[in-house]
Amino acid sequence: MNNLRGVYTIWYRDILRFWRDKMRLIGSIFLPLLFLFVFGSGLSSMMGNLGPGVNFAQFMFPGIIGMTVLMSSFMAGVSVVWDREFGFLKEVLVAPISRASVAVGKTLGAATVALIQGTVILLFAPLIGVSLSPWTVLGLLPLMFLLATAIGSFGVLLATRIRTIEAFQAVMQILMFPMIFLSGVFFPLQGVPTWMSILTKLNPATYGITTIRQVILGASPDSPFGITLLGHTMSLWNNVAVLAVFGAVMILAAMRSFSTQD
Amino acid sequence: MNDYIIKVENLVKRFGQLVAVDNISFTVAPREIFGFLGPNGAGKTTTINILCTLSKPTSGQAIVNGYDVVRQQMQVRQSIGLVFQDPSLDERLSGLQNLHFHALAYHVPASVREQRIEQVLRMMELWDKRHSGVRTYSGGMKRRLELARGLLHYPKVLFLDEPTLGLDPQTRNRIWEYILELRQREGTTIFLTTHYLDEADKADRIAIIDYGKLVAMDTPDRLKKIVGKDIISVKTDDDEKAAEELRLRYQIEARRDSKGLTFEVASGEKFLPTFIKEFGIKILSVNLRSPSLDDAFLKLTGREIREEEVSDAFKAMVRQHGRMRR
Repeated sequence: MNNLRGVYTIWYRDILRFWRDKMRLIGSIFLPLLFLFVFGSGLSSMMGNLGPGVNFAQFMFPGIIGMTVLMSSFMAGVSVVWDREFGFLKEVLVAPISRASVAVGKTLGAATVALIQGTVILLFAPLIGVSLSPWTVLGLLPLMFLLATAIGSFGVLLATRIRTIEAFQAVMQILMFPMIFLSGVFFPLQGVPTWMSILTKLNPATYGITTIRQVILGASPDSPFGITLLGHTMSLWNNVAVLAVFGAVMILAAMRSFSTQD
Repeated sequence: MNDYIIKVENLVKRFGQLVAVDNISFTVAPREIFGFLGPNGAGKTTTINILCTLSKPTSGQAIVNGYDVVRQQMQVRQSIGLVFQDPSLDERLSGLQNLHFHALAYHVPASVREQRIEQVLRMMELWDKRHSGVRTYSGGMKRRLELARGLLHYPKVLFLDEPTLGLDPQTRNRIWEYILELRQREGTTIFLTTHYLDEADKADRIAIIDYGKLVAMDTPDRLKKIVGKDIISVKTDDDEKAAEELRLRYQIEARRDSKGLTFEVASGEKFLPTFIKEFGIKILSVNLRSPSLDDAFLKLTGREIREEEVSDAFKAMVRQHGRMRR
């Protein structure tokens, strides 16, 4: 009970900060929308259909949602390092809140913000010609949250061991962009060179992006946007399971690492 | 109830080769203002960090409000309030929001939350600025907000780590008024570190710490009596000759520094008139004073605590500058 309260306290502050800083919302959806509309409009006519009735912009749309969620949830780590550098982390660490609760609260705070930002991108669906039923949206919300929690706890885990903003940003650039580029945001993963194919399958983000795409564009067994792992065609639930296991490992590691840092 | 609220026994903290806290023991009584006095790097902050569960001791034991700082961390944290040496506010939030966070974190019951927040904000004269973002606050206001926050959950012990470092004298005085008022009203025990001597003077008892060791522990008045004598500083035409004459004529060993000669005599008022009349070297200036904590510190550790002050002020400036740049 006390732990839940601690998680809530940490989460509450991150949401407060988010509300106070409206520019952050605009800033964080600007880049994804730029990709979506500039690349989408520019390349759609040239690339033709990537699947049955799916042009390039429509293909990219679920990926852009995933990318928004991923980039935003990574901020959980930035915010921990930021708090350490500006001293606020001390206030948190001497409060009667367990370290594990702090790690979870930070992750969920960033995941909530990521969910809001991802949902804002969803609102642009009609402009791309993607139709979303209420059921699709209802399915997407927990999925985005799962992806955000998995990546967010990964960020928190890194932040427990990285001391400066500069170092964390460097690590983030090194990890985040490959994770985005190698997850099928911008192009289908079928028919890529073997080395790249291996990397995409090791990339946890791939399973999140693919699942979001399967939910939005349809997940029939013959869908051209699935993942084949060791000869097995991954179903939507298989992908969710991979992501959930990754997320569970990451959040446990983050809780542990947060408790043992000094 | 125990007759102590903090008890430290044989506390040791090592960082690799460095012994930051070297086997210290002391107790602090409830309602006491207990001062830790010493230069930077003497082990003051390290001790506080152990007492507030931020750092684990290498060996030894510490009890705060009846709870062990290693085994009962949550209970210890619930019992204490802290004002750190470096700012620890969320600058992006308002003063009010910072306090809301704190109230939630420390389980201040919802029924009294608003009322207590208002109480501490008014006490620190920040009520009118409660909705402003903390980043717009001045240094003194931030410190006052941190004090308000430290008091919000009615801690049994309030730790103040250099609470007035880098503040102007006027703000320092105001903050001290609040601290004394708080002790009066809430019966809070105050554990203070400082290297401002006038500040240490306000404590009921002072522990002098140097190189991680407790050098002395007593009331400020009794510590000053360690020096025992009045202190005379003189500036002369020729300090070297003057020191020689002091040695020969009065059997006094004077200390020489850039400002002149300093020596101790049992009674300054009686010594000075004859000294000035009969001294063979031209005296440029004379200063007589009673012993201060600084003198006690010098006597006990062989160095002056003030030497640290410049570098500290510089550090504070650099910190401030670094923050502004961001």
